[in-house]
Amino acid sequence: MSRAKIISAPFTHATTSVPRTMLLVMLALAPATLFSLYQYGWPAIILFFIILASSLLFEALSLLIAKKPVTPFLLDGSAVLTGWLVAMALPPWAPWWIGVLGGFIAIVLGKHIYGGLGQNIFNPAMVARIALLISFPLEMTFFMQPQPLFAEHSPSFMQAMNLIFGGGINIDALTSASTLTQIKVLQFDGQSIEGATGLVGDLQTAMLGALPGSMGEMSALLLIVGGVFLLLMRIISWHTPVAMFASMALIASVAHFFNPAYHPGVLTHLCPGGFVLGAFFIATDYVTQPVSNTGRLIFGAGVGLLTFLIRAYSIFPEGVGFAILLMNAMTPLIDHYIKPRIFGRSKSGEPLASKQPGGGVQ
Amino acid sequence: MSKEAPDYGVIVADGLWTRNVVLAQLLALCPLMAVTATATNGLGMGMATTFVLVASGFSVSLWRNFITPEIRIPVFVLIIASQVTLVEMGMNAWLHELYKVLGLFIPLIVTNCAILGRAEAFASRNDVLPSMVDGFFMGVGFTAVLVVIGGIREVLGAGTLFSNASLLLGEQFSFLEMVVFGEDYKGFLLLILPPGGFIVLGFLIALKNVIDAARVKRATLRAGAKGLPVTSERVA
Repeated sequence: MSRAKIISAPFTHATTSVPRTMLLVMLALAPATLFSLYQYGWPAIILFFIILASSLLFEALSLLIAKKPVTPFLLDGSAVLTGWLVAMALPPWAPWWIGVLGGFIAIVLGKHIYGGLGQNIFNPAMVARIALLISFPLEMTFFMQPQPLFAEHSPSFMQAMNLIFGGGINIDALTSASTLTQIKVLQFDGQSIEGATGLVGDLQTAMLGALPGSMGEMSALLLIVGGVFLLLMRIISWHTPVAMFASMALIASVAHFFNPAYHPGVLTHLCPGGFVLGAFFIATDYVTQPVSNTGRLIFGAGVGLLTFLIRAYSIFPEGVGFAILLMNAMTPLIDHYIKPRIFGRSKSGEPLASKQPGGGVQ
Repeated sequence: MSKEAPDYGVIVADGLWTRNVVLAQLLALCPLMAVTATATNGLGMGMATTFVLVASGFSVSLWRNFITPEIRIPVFVLIIASQVTLVEMGMNAWLHELYKVLGLFIPLIVTNCAILGRAEAFASRNDVLPSMVDGFFMGVGFTAVLVVIGGIREVLGAGTLFSNASLLLGEQFSFLEMVVFGEDYKGFLLLILPPGGFIVLGFLIALKNVIDAARVKRATLRAGAKGLPVTSERVA
């Protein structure tokens, strides 16, 4: 008797799986993250691991409460990736409880309340960022000039522990407003912003980072490298990011052309990495973006438009998170109106007539 | 019209837990979201609503045989609206400070679907006394949920509990006013804002469902041990 194992169909498998996808996205995020961790030093590193740990902890607790298998879901990487993205969306020197709360909001309120992986309406990491931003505006806009690891002003490991867990050292001297915040302040004062845009005037600074901001905003270039990697690996499709960049570039350049004293240039909108991070890593979340390619183009264009409107006319200097959440809410509507044609049927769902003589459709 | 003797135990249990206005019927969510930023506001709103529930239960039940079905809803609304106006004027006169806080929401008790719901579902079909008991315990159940949600939102959102309680209950109740987390607690603003109401409410409903499921399971086990069939979902 043959010892061959009997396998039932299907016999061909794609190599994609949740753990593989998550792993590749983390790989794509790694260069930008490592660079940011280096630039912001020990406090950022400690906070990063606090958020990862709290995400995993709350994931395990939620799975236990929901009576789902804990180990396979915990090891599929989705909780780590969510926590990672939360960390990228927070100020790098935020206190520890912001990180723990961020993990809780993302995993419990953003994901498991809806039924776990694949069921959520909104991107969990952005839910966490926005909930924290609304609740703790002071801590969430507490940015500083990058202090590279081992540089002169960089806090040591013990100072960093003090900073994250207790607010121990005087850091007033190091804090700084992000570019978009400076622009917002000038806009509110009714002053011309043309002085402030000098900050990101040259492409090199804007691409490489070394500007104050959230952790993920550091280096646009490394984020683009990661995004292109994801495109090449076919983890994400080009539609959402390209539509986001195109709509933002178009609207921002038109606005800048007509009123350069109020609207910053395209580069200022695109380059501090928040927009790039959103375009490649957040808006392309499978669960919360439309299914069809046309839908994704609309989705991305909507995110770009809303981001511009929020940055230009609301009290918030940064709008990517809000824009993505608002378009997440629109996703079911987009999917309702823009459906891919079913194979063998017309756009309206009628069966196609057979072209073979005599072979009609039953 | 049923002429069986009303089971007051069932009416009380329905109002407080089984058919709780908020946790089971999911009615009255508009005032719930609006006023439960603090426990005191929840308590004041709950007490005002309870008064209207009892009064409307009394009037609707008293007049139920004279109201033709075709125009019952406008009549119910008229009865409820006049009683809400009484409550509003009374609060303005005797609880003026609280009125300044809750004033906007008091007239909205008219549109509170829980009250119309009880008039329609209970008071128009039952005698006066059961209707008033039903209104009272529905109101108490509603108040309890308002106070619990208000308390959770207030403690986490602002770090206090029962702030301004003396405005509602008089100076002798000022001991209720507590600062839970100390002066330098900055507050979790999200919970004070409307999303906090939805989040806390969602967790409370989930908690009730978990408790109910556990009770059904226990009752099933008990009945099974005695070899009895489980006949009803309702757990006595």
